[in-house]
Amino acid sequence: MSGGDRVSQPLLQVSDLHVQIASRRGIVRAVDGVSLEVPAGEAVGLVGESGSGKSMTLRAILGVLPAEARVTAGQVLLDGVDLTQLANNQLNQIRGPKIAMIFQEPMSALNPVMRVGSQIAEGPQVHLGMNRRQAAERAIELMRRVGIPDPERRYRSFPHEFSGGMRQRVMIAIALSCEPSLILCDEPTTALDVTIQDQILRLLTRLCRESGTSLVFVTHDLPVVAQVCHQIAVMYAGRIVERGSVQEVLTQPWHPYTLGLVRSAPDVDHPRSSLAAIPGAPPSLVSPPAGCRFHPRCKFAEQDCTVTEPPLRLIDAGHATACLHYERCLDELRTEGADR
Amino acid sequence: MTTLPQGTELPRATGPAVLSPPPDGPLLEAADLAVSFSLGSALIARMRHEAHVLHAVDGVDLTIPRGEALALVGESGSGKSTLARALAGLQRPDRGEIRLDGKVLAARRSRADQRKIQMVFQDPYSSLNPRLTVGGMLHELLRVHHVVAANEIESYTRELLGLVGLGEEAVHAYPRQFSGGQRQRVAIARALALRPELLVADEPVSALDVSVQATILNLLQDLRAELGLTLLLISHNLAVVRHLCDRIAVMYLGRIIEVAPTETLFARPQHPYTRGLLAAIPRMTFTAEGDVPAVKGDPPSPLRIPVGCRFRTRCPIAQPICEQQDPALTTSASDPLHTAACHFAFGAAPPPADSAQVASTASPAGEGTRP
Repeated sequence: MSGGDRVSQPLLQVSDLHVQIASRRGIVRAVDGVSLEVPAGEAVGLVGESGSGKSMTLRAILGVLPAEARVTAGQVLLDGVDLTQLANNQLNQIRGPKIAMIFQEPMSALNPVMRVGSQIAEGPQVHLGMNRRQAAERAIELMRRVGIPDPERRYRSFPHEFSGGMRQRVMIAIALSCEPSLILCDEPTTALDVTIQDQILRLLTRLCRESGTSLVFVTHDLPVVAQVCHQIAVMYAGRIVERGSVQEVLTQPWHPYTLGLVRSAPDVDHPRSSLAAIPGAPPSLVSPPAGCRFHPRCKFAEQDCTVTEPPLRLIDAGHATACLHYERCLDELRTEGADR
Repeated sequence: MTTLPQGTELPRATGPAVLSPPPDGPLLEAADLAVSFSLGSALIARMRHEAHVLHAVDGVDLTIPRGEALALVGESGSGKSTLARALAGLQRPDRGEIRLDGKVLAARRSRADQRKIQMVFQDPYSSLNPRLTVGGMLHELLRVHHVVAANEIESYTRELLGLVGLGEEAVHAYPRQFSGGQRQRVAIARALALRPELLVADEPVSALDVSVQATILNLLQDLRAELGLTLLLISHNLAVVRHLCDRIAVMYLGRIIEVAPTETLFARPQHPYTRGLLAAIPRMTFTAEGDVPAVKGDPPSPLRIPVGCRFRTRCPIAQPICEQQDPALTTSASDPLHTAACHFAFGAAPPPADSAQVASTASPAGEGTRP
């Protein structure tokens, strides 16, 4: 994993991003001060539960927010260019050759009345200046690379003729078609069966490793992050509460919310007698609680947690937490380890 | 919109669901159960040389002892939900027999029989009537089925809600006022209201967030312990299954292909599909850096089930015999609880030539571990 090469400029640098959504109940602060770095060639996992703002962060990066949502502050720097300042036609020059996106539901992301091959060939024609035949050859080559059997024939198929796993392979081929430096993935395997998920995750990691493509991978599934990513950022109520290498964060969480997530999911290799659920429910993002947003559900909460909003601070090389009392997590893990 | 507070403590087993003394023999037995669906017109299908009958469940034998938690696992299209619906009487089988307490259940079930098998569905947003309060829903159910005397309905409703960890104020609330996890509690209360002998839960936590999943899984576990409930859990999540169930049945394309006690299945899976399924689970501890997937290819369409062994088109150890003969479920010589439908299960036949590949895909140690 990348240890010392942090000197170079990261490929993607999101700083203090705010996304707000106008709703009848007031302004929803869906993303509220998120900062994130993605070094070239690395995969960063963005995890959290529904409503944590992980998908909104991803959509804000690519400038594909829903109509009622707006970036109200912050920067998204890709190779030094602030994407939030670009007009839509300028963004279209970026989407495809620089950043591509893979969605959860390939059936709704693909054009149902356009042949699969033409959809893959479209990007190279528009962005790489290829003619129709060159683009078609490239599409067939890409279909072969993503493991679609008999690509010459399947080129002329429509999306509905493909299985869910094959459609997601088509999405990956489209994402790779203009050789982007960054691919954004929004729960790309959540709708798939476990054996197909395994195939897709292996394919995606191999292709990104071969081409040096960076990934931002949004999911709610911690083991999936462990499979794919080097770095992980955990989101809660619109903010990143912990960040670090996947191994450290998942085995030595420094935020009680991460600890809660790790413990509430049953582990297939280490069955436990009872699962530790996180009590309560996530807060409203119209009027989030004062201080630490997790404090109403946190068993380590103290008086100071209700007053100041703790910033994300770097504790150890690359491992940051937004918990004022993160040592408690360590104590808890230590006593649990002694009990085992 | 109000969110109701969520209780965590369950009341002790003063039990609305008091069970009759257990007779001998299994609670539920299904023999040669088959369910098929006809798609479109037979004539047009014949003209196009296409199949139009989908064999969702294709000859399943299943036994559930009283008090057991049995898991039914498999991928989409394996027929696990159809089998569950057939057992619950929501889907009429083409053939086969379902016995409850030794008594054959008629195709058209009496109200008393309907009561004995109750279901909890995956999506608590679409399985509850949005126009009825929780109390209204439970009252109607209790009146129709005469579960308790009319003057006890109120108190029994409150007792039920307490059992699933909901407060009394839930009686007057509509489903939309609850979060997903609380709705699933309501759905469980509704299923338990009829004092069923068997609770069938079809992917009860798949639509929920991870931290909420845990509360529902813990609730199911507590209910089992307190009420001695027999549970059939349908899930694609093997971690959930391992956490909750005593025994696992693995389905593939309408058939059960392996059954074993949970720990045996995880330790010594016999069917190559089971091995692949176990190897495909994303783990917290290692990465997907190896390029060989646990199971190759897509499952065949249930409209065109391969002849011979159904798994052979994706099987890493398939041999000519697999095309010629459909393997029956055979029982392990050393473990009467372990059955598998593979020609090469339990060392019954000489190991196939490329068994080395199977070993490497089945064992986590064969994967690239994180440095």
